[in-house]
Amino acid sequence: MKVLVPVKRVIDSNVKARVKSDQSGVDLANVKMSINPFCEIAVEEAVRLKEKGVASEVVVVSIGPAQAQETLRQALAMGADRAVLIQTDQDLEPLEVAKVLKAAIAEENPNVVIMGKQAIDGDNNATGQMLAALLDWPQATFASAVEISGDVAKVTREVDGGLQTIEVGLPAIITADLRLNEPRYASLPNIMKAKKKPLDVKEAASLGVDLKPHLKVLKVAEPAKRSAGIKVETAGDLVANLKTAGVL
Amino acid sequence: MAVLVIADHDNASLKDSTNKTVTAALALSGDVDVLVAGKDAKPAAEAAAKIAGVRKVLLAESDELGQGLAEAVEATVVPLMSGYDAVLTPATSQGKNVSPRIAAKLDVAQISEIVEVVSPDTFVRPIYAGNALETVQSSDAKKVITVRATAFKAAGEGGSAAIENVAAGAVSTKVKFVDQQLVKSARPELAGAKIVVSGGRAMGSAEEFQKVIEPLADKLGAAVGASRAAVDAGYAPNDYQVGQTGKVVAPELYIAVGISGAIQHLAGMKDSKVIVAINKDADAPIFQVADFGLVADYKNAVPELMDALAAAGK
Repeated sequence: MKVLVPVKRVIDSNVKARVKSDQSGVDLANVKMSINPFCEIAVEEAVRLKEKGVASEVVVVSIGPAQAQETLRQALAMGADRAVLIQTDQDLEPLEVAKVLKAAIAEENPNVVIMGKQAIDGDNNATGQMLAALLDWPQATFASAVEISGDVAKVTREVDGGLQTIEVGLPAIITADLRLNEPRYASLPNIMKAKKKPLDVKEAASLGVDLKPHLKVLKVAEPAKRSAGIKVETAGDLVANLKTAGVL
Repeated sequence: MAVLVIADHDNASLKDSTNKTVTAALALSGDVDVLVAGKDAKPAAEAAAKIAGVRKVLLAESDELGQGLAEAVEATVVPLMSGYDAVLTPATSQGKNVSPRIAAKLDVAQISEIVEVVSPDTFVRPIYAGNALETVQSSDAKKVITVRATAFKAAGEGGSAAIENVAAGAVSTKVKFVDQQLVKSARPELAGAKIVVSGGRAMGSAEEFQKVIEPLADKLGAAVGASRAAVDAGYAPNDYQVGQTGKVVAPELYIAVGISGAIQHLAGMKDSKVIVAINKDADAPIFQVADFGLVADYKNAVPELMDALAAAGK
């Protein structure tokens, strides 16, 4: 069984994004970039499926600039077998990402796609669902547990109010939520080994997908700042202040 | 211009996020219809008909809609879209599951988690964990939008819209509902609660989380929240998670206990009216957004707070 895992290069989750002074976007120059945390969870899940003997090959795909090769190497160091970079300098919207992934899937023919539920830059939480709709494959989003037997995946999903379990016939799209697993740290020998694993690069424009944006960004502004209030000495002071503020 | 709102409900009643999404929809157009897709969902449809400003309620029912399968909701909504210029869904876990499918089927972008309607084609939405607000203009003929409910006031009652039955869409993919385990709680729903008490990694264990956070929440009639770190460590269920990748809340009062205040957590609660932070680390970033900060070990501070609340008649 072949697993395909799309991964995205994003701002490191420990870095606070800063808005450019001309309000044209977020300043990413000289900012630390990493693999999107939810993509990392997806890679880990795929590698575990391989270690359990359920999957035979794990292919990671990234759509982005040349530097996204580093993100792919990181996934290879975690245990993925092979990587594909679909190169573009354009910041694609989720629908166009889904269309490019659909084209990649037509070439790779995976049995299952495991991907992050959300990228922490655009915060859309949309690409997996869109990809499932475009392919007419079943979707199992926000997964906290995945069990694959034969051509069926039993997926436990994080929903408002608790958990839901569904079964999807493969091929299917699964999106990873936080509690699906705890990703491993790549060991130094594995990082060295990853440098020798195959990484193909192709141009996004060569796939014949319309990449025209649907949304025009008019401006990117900083949200209103919340200023720090006061420190209180005791729990009693706190209650008195909350009463004055009218919230108790 | 006509707008469709997909209701968030549990068949028996509507969730508050539906009323808030109607407010966002009314900023786009005066012609707002609400779709209630479920099973035995007449009571929810009747509640939707009472929302002020709603033109018509569409009711679609089937087993698969009752199970909330995204494929079923999408297949119900897409044929209806010939009569609408926009579809708005609250950005709940169900809304996020369904809405991007509708966008993809219509070959349009999704405008995710809007917090402001600037004009019928221009919207403001948070990106980068709320550290930036992006204003986007859509060139699509039909708009598919999810709405961050906390950014909009709930539409009031007083409407008397007609309820019309519409066909439930069939699921064409191989997906089967197995079961669901919903936590039954007497506490208010986290997303709409007036007071939220949240615990962080400092709790150290699930037992401690339950022992410290839950009694304080119950004393205040509050909902219980948790930081991502506390959820990650297994101290609290994922459903409690407040933050960038969990729930966004904006209660009257938010009490953060033993939470350091990572940007991912602040993204989910910084629009609260009053924020209280209890943390023994005076340099914790949570104090930079707190209206009232108490630098103390929660182990002493929470019992003292319980006593002070009791003394104040709570």
